[in-house]
Amino acid sequence: MSLLDHSALELLALLQSNQVRAEQVVTESLSRIEQLDPPIGSFLHVNHDGALAAARDVDRRRHLGQPVGALAGLPVALKDLICTIDQPTTCASRMLANFRPPYDATVVARLRAADAILIGKTNLDEFAMGSSTESSALQRTRNPWNRDHVPGGSSGGSAACIASDLVPLALGTDTGGSIRQPAAFCGITGLKPTYGRVSRYGLIAFASSLDQIGPMCRSAADAALLLQATAGHDRHDSTSADVEVPDYLKAIAQPISGLRIGILRQQLDSDVDPEIHRAVTEATYVLKSLGALCQDIDLPHSQYGVATYYVIAPCEASSNLARYDGVHYGFRATQLTAAELTASESADLESEGPLVRMYRRTRETGFGAEVKRRIMLGTYALSAGYYDAYYLKAQRVRRLIRQDFDRAYQQVDALLGPVTPTPAFRFGEKSQDPLSMYLGDLFTVSANLAGLPGLSIPCGITVQGLPIGLHLQGPSFAEPTLLRLAHAFQQATDWHARRPPTS
Amino acid sequence: MKIEPADVSKVALLARLDLSAEEMQAMAAHLSGIVGYVQQLQEIDTSGVEPMAHAIELRNVMAKDVVAASLSRDAALSNAPRHDGEYYLVPAVLGE
Repeated sequence: MSLLDHSALELLALLQSNQVRAEQVVTESLSRIEQLDPPIGSFLHVNHDGALAAARDVDRRRHLGQPVGALAGLPVALKDLICTIDQPTTCASRMLANFRPPYDATVVARLRAADAILIGKTNLDEFAMGSSTESSALQRTRNPWNRDHVPGGSSGGSAACIASDLVPLALGTDTGGSIRQPAAFCGITGLKPTYGRVSRYGLIAFASSLDQIGPMCRSAADAALLLQATAGHDRHDSTSADVEVPDYLKAIAQPISGLRIGILRQQLDSDVDPEIHRAVTEATYVLKSLGALCQDIDLPHSQYGVATYYVIAPCEASSNLARYDGVHYGFRATQLTAAELTASESADLESEGPLVRMYRRTRETGFGAEVKRRIMLGTYALSAGYYDAYYLKAQRVRRLIRQDFDRAYQQVDALLGPVTPTPAFRFGEKSQDPLSMYLGDLFTVSANLAGLPGLSIPCGITVQGLPIGLHLQGPSFAEPTLLRLAHAFQQATDWHARRPPTS
Repeated sequence: MKIEPADVSKVALLARLDLSAEEMQAMAAHLSGIVGYVQQLQEIDTSGVEPMAHAIELRNVMAKDVVAASLSRDAALSNAPRHDGEYYLVPAVLGE
C-alpha cells in the first residue's frame, strides 16, 4: 500500500485532517519516481529539493495554524512546455534543452498560490507535435500497460506518470488530442477544457488558436479539483475567457438522469477496432442505466477534421516557431571558421549572408524531423499562391465543423464516441509514415478546431491488456456536464481504478 | 499532388531550414502525401462561409495603459546564446 494509491481528493482530506504531512506525500512521490520511472521515462526533470522544501513549508504553516492553499501538499507534474522559473522548460527539444524561463506560466503561478507541490516536468513529443511521444528529442516514454507500446502523445509523460501512480495530478496540453489520446492509451482521465477556460500565458505556443492546458488524473473528481485551481480569466492572455468559473466539485455530485447524450454513430461504426466499439457501446448502456437519454447524432463535416487540422495547425506552428532564431534564447549552431567551410557552404554563405546562414544551420540542427515537417507544411500552405487554396479554405471548413457542433448541441447536452480508432500502438509502427500517425487524431481534432471541451475516461481494456478511452464532448463551458457524466460513470464502474500490471 | 525536391528547397529557405539532400527527398515524399490528403477539402462547398480564424471570436481586448514591472535586462539576456551584457550578439551582417 502506497500513499499514492489514494486519489488526490483522499490525499487532500488526509492532509487537511493532519493524518499525513505534505513531506510524507512528496517523499513517497519522489521515491516512486526514483524507483519506478526509469523503465517508463515519464519525467525529464525532477524538482527533488524544491518539492521537499515546498512541502516542509506547507507543513510548517499548517502546524502554525496559518492559511494554506486549496491543493496544499499535493504533488503536481507539469508537461515540459509550461514555463517554470525554477525548473528547466525544454519542450523536449534540443532547441530549448538548456532554457530556463524568466517567468512562471499563469497556471504555475496559480498552482503555487494553491500550495500544490511542483514535482517535476514530463516528457512530450517535441513542441507537442506528435501522437506518441516518439518525437521527443530527449527521451523515450513507454506505456506503463505494455512497454513495447507508446504512451500516446503529445502529453505522453503526464499520462504515463499518472498511470504509474507516481503523482496524483498532472497538467497536459491539447492542440489536436494531446491530452485525450494519451489519457485513453494509458487508462487515465484527461480533460481538454473549452478554449480560453485556462490561461495560455507561459505555455510555449504550438498552434495558438487551438492550444489548451488541462488536467490529467485518475478520476473525473480529481480532474474537477485541478481544473478548479487552474481555470479562470487572466489579463496576461488576451484570448482567455472572462467567464465565471463554476464549482466543479459541486457540479459532479449532481445525478445525470435526464441528460441527453448524442452517440456519434458514424465514428463508432467507422473503421474502429472491434474491442473499442464494444467497450464504448457498453459504456452507453451504463449511462442509460443511470438515466441518461441517448440518441444517435452525426457531425457531417468531422470526417474533414484531420485535413482541416493539418493545414491550420502547421500554419500556426510555422509562424510561432519562427521565434527560434538562435539569437534571443535557445540553441545556436556554432559559426564555422573559413577553414571549416566546404565549397558549397562557402557559396551559400556568399549568397545568403552570415545571419541567414546562422538561422538556417541553427534551426536545422535544433529541430527534429516532425517539427521540421510541420514548419515546412505550414510555410508551404501559407506561401504565395497557396494561401487561399489551403489556409483560407481550411478556415472556412473549420466554421462548418463548428456549426455541426452548434446544431448538435441544440438537441443534446453532450456527445459520446471513441477517443481513438485503435488502442496504443507499438513503437515505430507509425513514426515512419506521418500521415498514418495524423489519421489517428480523427476523433479528437474537431473539438480543438471548434474550441469546445472534450474529456477522455477509461471504459475498458483489450484482450491484449491495453486501455480503451471513452470520449465525451460538450458545448462551450460545459465542463461541469462532462465531469458530471464522467463521475457518474466512474461511480458505477471501476475501469478508472484499474492499474497496469506491476513487473 | 506531387511536390518536387526543388519546391522543397524553396520552402526550406523561406522557413529558414537547411535540409540535407537526404532530408529533402523524404520531405518531398511526406509533403506530397499530406498535401494530397488535404486536397479533399476542395470537394466541400464553402461559398459564402466566413473563414474562422479563432475558436472564440473576441472583440478587441483592452488593458489599462499603466506602467508595470517588466523583465530586467539581465533576465531577458540570461538565455541568449551570445550577448555582451547589453545587447544580443549575432554574426556580422554588414561584413567585418
